[in-house]
Amino acid sequence: MSLLDREAAGVVMTPDNIRTKRLPLGINLGIAAAGLLIAAAVVYGFGIGNYVLVVVLGVVFYLIGLQVVAGRIEGPRTARDRMWKTLIYAACVLAILPLASVVWTLVSKGVERLDGNFFGTSMNNIGARDPEGGAYHAIIGTLEQVGIATLIAVPLGVLGAIYLVEYGRGRFANTVRFFVDVMTGIPSIVAGLFILSFWVLIVSPWFNNGTPRFSGFAASLALTVLMLPTIVRSTEEMLRLVPGPLREGAYALGVPQWKTILKVVLPTALPGIVTGVMLAVARAAGETAPVLLVAGGAASINFNPFEGGQQSLALFVYQQAGDASRYAPARAWTAALTLVAIVLILTIAAKLLARRNSLSK
Amino acid sequence: MGDYPSSRSENATASDSGVIGRHTRGAGTGVSPSSHDEPPFGGGGGALPKKARFGMEAGFKGLSVAAGAMVLVIIVAIAIFLISKAVPAIRADNENFLTFNQWFPNETEPRFGIAVLAFGTLLTSIIALLVAVPIALGIALFLSHYAPRRLATPLGFVIDLLAAVPSVVFGLWGRDVFMEPVREFSTWLNKYFSWIPIFGGDGPFGRSVLLGSLVLAIMVLPIVTSLSREVFRQTPGMNEEAALALGATKWEMIRTAVLPYGKPGVIAAVMLGLGRALGETIALAMTLGIVFNISFNIIENGGNSIAANIANAFGEANETGRGALIASGLVLFAITLVVNMAARAIIYRRREFRDSAA
Repeated sequence: MSLLDREAAGVVMTPDNIRTKRLPLGINLGIAAAGLLIAAAVVYGFGIGNYVLVVVLGVVFYLIGLQVVAGRIEGPRTARDRMWKTLIYAACVLAILPLASVVWTLVSKGVERLDGNFFGTSMNNIGARDPEGGAYHAIIGTLEQVGIATLIAVPLGVLGAIYLVEYGRGRFANTVRFFVDVMTGIPSIVAGLFILSFWVLIVSPWFNNGTPRFSGFAASLALTVLMLPTIVRSTEEMLRLVPGPLREGAYALGVPQWKTILKVVLPTALPGIVTGVMLAVARAAGETAPVLLVAGGAASINFNPFEGGQQSLALFVYQQAGDASRYAPARAWTAALTLVAIVLILTIAAKLLARRNSLSK
Repeated sequence: MGDYPSSRSENATASDSGVIGRHTRGAGTGVSPSSHDEPPFGGGGGALPKKARFGMEAGFKGLSVAAGAMVLVIIVAIAIFLISKAVPAIRADNENFLTFNQWFPNETEPRFGIAVLAFGTLLTSIIALLVAVPIALGIALFLSHYAPRRLATPLGFVIDLLAAVPSVVFGLWGRDVFMEPVREFSTWLNKYFSWIPIFGGDGPFGRSVLLGSLVLAIMVLPIVTSLSREVFRQTPGMNEEAALALGATKWEMIRTAVLPYGKPGVIAAVMLGLGRALGETIALAMTLGIVFNISFNIIENGGNSIAANIANAFGEANETGRGALIASGLVLFAITLVVNMAARAIIYRRREFRDSAA
């Protein structure tokens, strides 16, 4: 009371002067329009660029104008608040743009060869002048390689997670957990080189009269290395969410621990584990580098993953992209569309499954 | 059933003792009676079955321990097998592997070195992070503090989908679609900013470090975003409310409460992104110019990286060539291992700190 009298004597208290002043929306839009206009005038006046530069400069001018005008009306702190808010919103728009572009190109370029021929034939006897040719062999390869990798990685990964959650105590378990996390960051090309030097160059000559053999199975092994840590991590998280009383109930009924894990803990966590596995499968299906190194990449249909080179969808995209034929880009884009469709369907299904999962809520 | 062939009541007695022994330590937290070798209470005479030494319990535990140890075995095996193939190739190298800047491993007198590749890997990764990290942090803040829930959930979903798109698709997109805008942008930069060395040169432009880095930035973005978003979300509500109660604007609240709290997590997220950027192969193999010289010019055709070189040179490599590529892969493995271990160590320290504080 006394302070107010001393500092601002004679000011009538009305709603207008006790509320914080806000920048009206109209002025805000006005600054934006003015910024864009000045930017357009500068850019086209001097002839130094096109509409992209207009937008970029417009945003810069808008930020400066906002800082000045809002600083006058609202004070410098609120003005800075506005500036950062604008920048953060701009970051979001900037990130959506490439994704939209990728999706748009995938669909518009991918439908060109989206026909029965593409899904029914291989690249066998397809020369540079042939517009036909398809990805049948690549789809077979991807399914078999990822399937075998899943068969190996899921039991290993789930058992590893069981160790970490149910049995693991002390330093060794912590070490394992730490290196599972580190292993998720191993580049896929290193996993490919590992299988190349271990399986293709050292082990496979034993079965193949001394010559290295590139095969779909080797690609599966490389994908296993990449899938394993993802599966261990997601399964571990799910197993930790299983309520302790469920386990104790089983123990109280005299069920041994291994049976409790198999019959109580795993079924409870199953939906979450399936989600994690699907995400890992989606990631593995899109891997190119390891397959490029060890699968051989044949042009014909090969159902046998243990003998002869195999193709995969991701590798097919890469090879067609590097092909000199004028029909190759269309094939590459259609294969990319197929690959993204498979991966996204798996990912979205996994996420929806996770949302319905009662444990992780 | 394996190890308990006798009647069901005996079976119950045996496991019961284990539970009691464990209950005294941590009831309700879901810890399990992993140690069955504790002596059962009270002795109980002949009613208790003998503990089977090699029963199902021990077998299952052994299996799971083996599966857990598998991870360590794989990491060690990666190092061993890469070294075993890399050493003969490095022995055969007629130049210094670490400092020579050409790559001719397939000739009768192999000469190759990793200097250009290591430089290119670091340059593209660093530019990618410089572009991606501010945007990723902006999106993370938007998702955690600005966006209404109805918008934040689908947008977060979209960012996660961005992470699921295979790298070969980004490579294809970068080469067929994104190259044109980048070439125009490079020409523009060269026209007005050629006095800055990194924008100099006289072309041709397009398949450059800039293109590769920008594609890489798009691929690193989701990782940094999702991890930082989680960290920002965990900021204690008390800290935020305290800042707001002191009259801070929203940005001041974020700067004083959210960012300091999330700093270790953000550093870890950036390092994980760096790990991914260093190891990215196919997208860079398709967008970089694959040239063997060390140059800071980022808009002229050129650029190379360890992983991209492996993908490109593998097709025509002979035995020494393969060994040389494996040797470069070994260097990449070592670098990413160090980066990832550092990032995880930061996250781990933080988690323990939080648990003990709670």
